[in-house]
Amino acid sequence: MSQVTICEQKDLVANSGVCAMVDGRQIALFYLPEETPQIYAIGNWDPIGKANVLSRGMVGDINERLVVASPLYKQHFDLQTGECLEDDEHGVPVYSVELTANKVILTL
Amino acid sequence: MLKVVVVGNGMVGHHYVEQLTASSVEAHITVIGGETRPAYDRVHLSEYFAGRTPEDLALTTREHYVEIGVDAHFGDPVAKIDRDSKTVITENGRSFAYDKLVLATGSYPFVPPVPGNDQDPCVVYRTIDDLGNIKAQADNAKVGVVVGGGLLGLEAANAVQNLGLQTHVVEFAPGLMGVQLDAGGSGMLRRKIEALGVKVHTSKATEVIESTEGADSRLLMKFADGGSLATDMIVFSAGIRPYDQLARDADIKVGERGGIEVDYHCKTSDSDIFAIGECALFGGRIFGLVAPGYRMAEAAVSQLTNDKQSFQGADMSTKLKLLGVDVGSIGDAHGQEEGSIAYTFSDERIDVYKRLIVSADGKKLLGAVLVGDCSDYDTLLQYYLNGIDLPADPETLILPYNAGEAPALGAAALPATATICSCHNVTKGDIVDAMDAGFYSLGDIKGETKASTGCGGCAALLKNIVDDQLETRGLEVDKSICEHFAYTRQELFHLIKVGSIKTFDELLEKHGKGRGCDICKPAAGSILASLWNDYVLDEKHVGLQDTNDTFLANMQKNGTYSVVPRVAGGEITPDKLIVLGEVAKKYNLYTKITGGQRIDLFGARVQHLPAIWKELVEAGFETGHAYGKALRTVKSCVGSTWCRYGVQDSVAMALYIENRYKGLRAPHKFKSAVSGCTRECAEAQSKDFGVIATENGWNLFVGGNGGMKPRHAELFATDLDDETLIKYIDRFLMFYVRTADRLQRTSVWMSNLEGGLEYLQQVVIEDSLGIAAELDAQMDNIVGTYQCEWKTTIENPERMKRFEQFVNADAEDDQIVFVQERGQPRPATEEERIKLLAETA
Repeated sequence: MSQVTICEQKDLVANSGVCAMVDGRQIALFYLPEETPQIYAIGNWDPIGKANVLSRGMVGDINERLVVASPLYKQHFDLQTGECLEDDEHGVPVYSVELTANKVILTL
Repeated sequence: MLKVVVVGNGMVGHHYVEQLTASSVEAHITVIGGETRPAYDRVHLSEYFAGRTPEDLALTTREHYVEIGVDAHFGDPVAKIDRDSKTVITENGRSFAYDKLVLATGSYPFVPPVPGNDQDPCVVYRTIDDLGNIKAQADNAKVGVVVGGGLLGLEAANAVQNLGLQTHVVEFAPGLMGVQLDAGGSGMLRRKIEALGVKVHTSKATEVIESTEGADSRLLMKFADGGSLATDMIVFSAGIRPYDQLARDADIKVGERGGIEVDYHCKTSDSDIFAIGECALFGGRIFGLVAPGYRMAEAAVSQLTNDKQSFQGADMSTKLKLLGVDVGSIGDAHGQEEGSIAYTFSDERIDVYKRLIVSADGKKLLGAVLVGDCSDYDTLLQYYLNGIDLPADPETLILPYNAGEAPALGAAALPATATICSCHNVTKGDIVDAMDAGFYSLGDIKGETKASTGCGGCAALLKNIVDDQLETRGLEVDKSICEHFAYTRQELFHLIKVGSIKTFDELLEKHGKGRGCDICKPAAGSILASLWNDYVLDEKHVGLQDTNDTFLANMQKNGTYSVVPRVAGGEITPDKLIVLGEVAKKYNLYTKITGGQRIDLFGARVQHLPAIWKELVEAGFETGHAYGKALRTVKSCVGSTWCRYGVQDSVAMALYIENRYKGLRAPHKFKSAVSGCTRECAEAQSKDFGVIATENGWNLFVGGNGGMKPRHAELFATDLDDETLIKYIDRFLMFYVRTADRLQRTSVWMSNLEGGLEYLQQVVIEDSLGIAAELDAQMDNIVGTYQCEWKTTIENPERMKRFEQFVNADAEDDQIVFVQERGQPRPATEEERIKLLAETA
């Protein structure tokens, strides 16, 4: 287990996503200031659209699950579990992330 | 196989072919049409002069007949029927054998036997070829006379007026439309059309038509009363005569005054020969309307199946617009039934006339006349056709609402047999059946039953029935936009506007629940933009935008973007073309010309977007909003500046329109085009709104669409000056923005709009809702606050952060791989990508 400081809170965009590169992995970070926790990290690769785009999707909730919608084909991925709501076969990795003293820290 | 020969390819003959091919009958069908073109819509013939082409009026094509296995021949009329050998022989000597023969030969225009009626400037009004003649004669004419003040005569007068001629109507009888209207109604109609600039001459018998070539006008009509009228052309449209010569020559029984006699099965005196439509005489009557013709065609087809239907005559009630005046006539308009009672309402202030003919006991409606306002027509027709008991005070049915509550006829009161749509013969029962089968939305029911897809006159009644049925079934159609808002887009628009709501969070707090999603967020973002026109990437709105709107470019399948600068009207300088080429080369972009006359640059990585825009903006380009639910392009032809045929400067108008509406956020994308003449090279009639130049100004079309569900735009207004054109487009667009559903194009919106085109005209042109000033002000505000989103973005370093590929590294997305094809880059396929990445690793 290793902890990496990725960026600062000011680098994030409220209610939207950004992308980070950690150990050759693309990770989508979503900052939702009204939620607890306030920050979520999942893989940036869209397994259905097959491109690195999830950080550019729209966030919201479906049946009270926090989700991001793929900007390519609009499937929803759960920000906490990585499950795809429309397709059991596909999912994305989820990473442990926290916001401490204005720093975004990822645990790998 | 049964050989069926159909002689005549008018609307009714074509309907017969359609019905027969759709039936269970196995038949080899031969169609022989006397005209050179396949069937077309004769009812809307006068629209030819308002910009409709023969292709628009066509009901079918030669190719379609080939596809459905029909052997069709045009331009070689049948000359003879040989009943002994059961063959027909054409003028060119070709012969066709039949087992069953169907005569759908129609009728020809009656030309009064007046000396001088055979001169060149004397024409008739019946076929598309006739229209060509009329246009040719009108080219050098100032004055045109229509002989005939009936339904067809007034249609012809409309055509002549559309050609810009001073128009006269000469009628032998004392009043206009004597068959359908009583004296009062006829008088009101005359007042109204004279107010439109058409001069009406009644009780005039023409004795001679003299040639006055060389004088100011070409012809002089002399009347029996000693009067005369100078004119340049005459259109005879004084009624029709059945074309029954073929039957006469073959000794098939015809009526004393013409018409091929038929029985309930539309069979003639020869049981292998049928006659349908205007050539047929049933019960001593010719039925000169298209709906009864269709019923005859259906009855004749059914004789070849087990389901033998009969033709029982037809109701000749009619509702139409003549020269823009609403006219309706139901049943016994003249009150000929003994003891009948008449109620009349006339208001010369607004030029409305209404008359009811009621049975002696006051219980049943026998007839009605409506001029200037046909809003009561549907209700009255249902009372008449279904013999429904009238209310105790029948006059309330035609009196203005403020004189007492008009008892609207509830949809529930109609029997299942009540005909709702007479164009397609759809009963209330058919609609109920469709709903039993699970079709609940108006659009689905129209698609399933065809109801209200002809003239559209029954749209309001159809909706009442559907609503009533939904209520009876205890069904409420859930129109919620998503789980976060229990409202339609239209309702959300209203809430945002009335509550002056400025952000999504505020909207969610006041009217929604949860956190929102990718359905409601962009919808709310679009409404906020339509109303307040803030910068779409402002902090409070950025989370509402789809990736395309967020990055002001269109995401492609590999996660890169395409960039489309605005090229208004498709006009671009050589210098700007060079800039596009240079930018594309520098950033390794694939270039393609779009259907909207601009250039799309594909394959831009997200981190390169700001630099690309910067170069484009510096060269004078702005965003083309290809990513937005907003105006895309206004396509144009070169117009009168270059083209030998152009009559207006279509490029200048396209530029003006594109620059006016660029950036306007709407429920969906919308497109436009401007053509410089009726050749329509810009394809304006396939656009959300299209403009076509005329000699006198511009014709405006609305609600067209290409793509997956093509829809022909509808002619909205004609011969507009620049200012009026823009005013109407402003209001049309703003009304659409306000009332359409999420992701509903104007074409679908118009199909679902209760009252259709006519309602839209009332709102936009006559301001029937009293909102025109508000729509105008709202559009002015949007136009006045336009900003190029690319420019605003590149000027703001904070915003630029969003365009970094990674927040923590200066690197590229290595999964984006291109290969070369035809001299340009394209995204690698998955296989290619894996292979290429393995090679580099």
